[in-house]
Amino acid sequence: MSAPFSWIKPHPWGVEVVPAGAFIDPARAVDKALVTHGHADHARGGHGETFATPETLAIMELRYRTGAADDAGEIPHKAMPVEYGETIRLPGGVDATYIPAGHVLGSSQILLEHAGERVVITGDYKRRADPTCAPFEVTPCDIFITEATFGLPLFTHPPIGEEMGKLLSALEGNPEGSVLVGAYALGKAQRVIAELRAAGHTDPIYLHGAMEKMCRLYEEHGVDLGELKLVSDHSKDDMAGSIVIAPPSALNDRWSRRLPNPVTAMASGWMRVRGRARQRGVELPLIISDHADWNELTDTIRQVNPIETWITHGREEALLRWCELNQRRARALAMVGREEEDEG
Amino acid sequence: MKAFSTLLDTLVYTTSRNRKLAMIADYLRDTPDPDRGWALGALTGELDFPGVKSSTVRNLMKDRVDPVLWSLSRDFVGDTAETASLLWPQNGEPDENPPSVDEVVQLLSGLNRNTAPKELPKLLDRLDANGRFALIKLATGGMRVGVSARLAKTAFAQAFDVNVEDVEEYWHALEPPYTELFQWAAEGADPPDVSNRPMFRPFMLAHPLEDAQVEKGVDLKDYAAEWKWDGIRVQLVRVTNESGVAETRLYSRSGDDISASFPEMLDKLPMDAVLDGELMVRGAVQGGEEGGAASFNALQQRLGRKTVSKKMLAEAPAFVRLYDTLILEGEDLRENPWEHRRGSLEQLMGRLPSSHFDLSRIVEARDFDHLAEIREGAREDAIEGLMLKRRDAPYIAGRKVGLWYKWKRDPLLIDCVLMYAQRGSGKRSSFYSDYTFGCWNGDPDAGAELLPVGKAYSGFTDAELKKLDRLVRQTTLNRFGPVREVERTLVFEVAFDSVHSSKRHKSGLAMRFPRIHRIRWDKPVHEADRLESLQSLVRD
Repeated sequence: MSAPFSWIKPHPWGVEVVPAGAFIDPARAVDKALVTHGHADHARGGHGETFATPETLAIMELRYRTGAADDAGEIPHKAMPVEYGETIRLPGGVDATYIPAGHVLGSSQILLEHAGERVVITGDYKRRADPTCAPFEVTPCDIFITEATFGLPLFTHPPIGEEMGKLLSALEGNPEGSVLVGAYALGKAQRVIAELRAAGHTDPIYLHGAMEKMCRLYEEHGVDLGELKLVSDHSKDDMAGSIVIAPPSALNDRWSRRLPNPVTAMASGWMRVRGRARQRGVELPLIISDHADWNELTDTIRQVNPIETWITHGREEALLRWCELNQRRARALAMVGREEEDEG
Repeated sequence: MKAFSTLLDTLVYTTSRNRKLAMIADYLRDTPDPDRGWALGALTGELDFPGVKSSTVRNLMKDRVDPVLWSLSRDFVGDTAETASLLWPQNGEPDENPPSVDEVVQLLSGLNRNTAPKELPKLLDRLDANGRFALIKLATGGMRVGVSARLAKTAFAQAFDVNVEDVEEYWHALEPPYTELFQWAAEGADPPDVSNRPMFRPFMLAHPLEDAQVEKGVDLKDYAAEWKWDGIRVQLVRVTNESGVAETRLYSRSGDDISASFPEMLDKLPMDAVLDGELMVRGAVQGGEEGGAASFNALQQRLGRKTVSKKMLAEAPAFVRLYDTLILEGEDLRENPWEHRRGSLEQLMGRLPSSHFDLSRIVEARDFDHLAEIREGAREDAIEGLMLKRRDAPYIAGRKVGLWYKWKRDPLLIDCVLMYAQRGSGKRSSFYSDYTFGCWNGDPDAGAELLPVGKAYSGFTDAELKKLDRLVRQTTLNRFGPVREVERTLVFEVAFDSVHSSKRHKSGLAMRFPRIHRIRWDKPVHEADRLESLQSLVRD
């Protein structure tokens, strides 16, 4: 019998499931990939067999087959859909179960079982309710492989209702102008729109062109986003008094000159820190994150209560320290290429 | 506190100067006395609560938060007040109606080193995270919300439609919460009576003279040239009040009262006057024996002290080299042309003790070429450069084009190698923006080492900063908290004003005003300069 957990092996570019010859969220092209969700730092194109939820596969399809110019040249993968709750048997006797992670549409944790040992890899996750995706489920296991994007005690995300209130009152205060919200194109944008709808904002919301396809994809998967219009189809006057959603990279771009007197907002967990907002020229920081905050990270570790916690990426030093203070075994995996600043 | 903390927050996020002005003006109009006066005092850095220090806050946090988690968080945020406001473990719910600024100021004023650690937590518990940020900033000073004292005063003037130079004049005779100032500006009361107070008059300042202006337009005949001495610009004010008691104060460039740091200057003025000059300490570097002033390095140890030892007074005695006379024995000379004021100053010299005053002499030159020649000679004398003052110009507060010019000599340049980088503060808190660089202590091809010679955090564009940040991250060798040691791959051409010997640095050298002049992406590191080149430039 081999050493405990020797079948699961972390590399800087991804976690290897040794008997199956498979990798989880690998940063380089492999023959067999298990993908947790559609963000580019987890879902690379060019793999052979790609195991993911149908929603994640649809997102990857959108990005890599029909995709943007920078994705050109990627070899199309072979899609292997796995539903939430479904368990698949991988070669070498490893069972993989996909469990909702609450991060974005289709995002999942992956439970791996082999030789009586249970490993959960979270991918990215959050614990707050999100009208655009299925909620995180706590899954007991022996090794819990978690992210730590917001793994510093200073990160506490306020209730989203407060942030929506800020956004709507900024709009009220600028009736002739507009509020431009920078939001990551996959997940954050749709969540902000859905939350605005939930807060009773029924006016048309204007989109940067780069947002359109992903919003349509969400709608096709049953997420109601209300009336959406494209900035490029409209004049400044049309957009007076409106909310406009654009990728963060467009905030300080010449593109925004076509908007009527915009107040620049950004929806991100990083907005908790003033310096981060200032760096980006953000006037209205909205602390809205699709990741667990510090309390949620630590609560989740307590609830899952693993024998050992492995930390893939983010502020791993602080979370390691917390584990030490709470007599929990933990190690950092130092994953490369994770976490784009815009996606928090 | 709610309105005040909201003001601070919006100021943090607003980059437009006009919007900042409008926000502060709105606040000053809408907020009652004395809250608005305290807020104005906070924005201009005039409030001081000696019982609360940045270390008080750090110690409170040390008792409440694991030190490792604290320092990781502090490094990430780049600001102690903000980190503490976020990590404060709130005891109960914040107040429904948070305390007013006045209430907070009264509480803070009553604190001392012993009571602060007990009372400050109670106050912190009553506020939410933004309120705590405002409180800590207020208590420890240094708002860092991108508002200068001048901007705040301009906003005050704008709020009540008064002249900002008038505000400046009254300002230094008044104290927070500036009730008289608000009564005058907002309610039309008589201006505050400041005639019997030793108050600061705003300085007349100079524009840099560009070579292009020398070639056309600026005629040397209209100007008098003086050395730009490398000390600190000061204003010495003596006023005798109704009861016949004379009071003398020394003000710095920004109008700060620095009398306590230079007590030897306070009993030397035999008549009421307002004089403009350069404060220096005795020595033989600037202007040789004749000039009689030590390098800025020598002055630096006298700055920022609340008390001065006898030893220091004896070793580094201060004196003022006079530039101008603003007011003399009750007569305001500021409207007079420079030539006239200069005449008064020259006559005055005989009545002042030469131990503590001398006259900044006029540099005679035939034309600009001749003047440039003289200026370059000044390198040896460790003088900053030349001042040109229009002979017929009155003394006007601020920087008015065409009246005064500063003509600095070109900076010294040296090629150094990037060794360490540190994350910046505030806006730059996620960027490695502070660079320590070194020179070779011998022949790099024969095993010489680099020794750090200086540190700079300016002189590059935002685009270059991004590129440098990337390089630092990619070539990191070691991490020490917020500092990274990097591979020796990059040469900086560093500009600096002068270099002095220093015991604090391993290289034995300290530069003055180092900044990145050019990034030499192209230059191999072994071609960077050696220590001896820098040593040859030392003038102490």
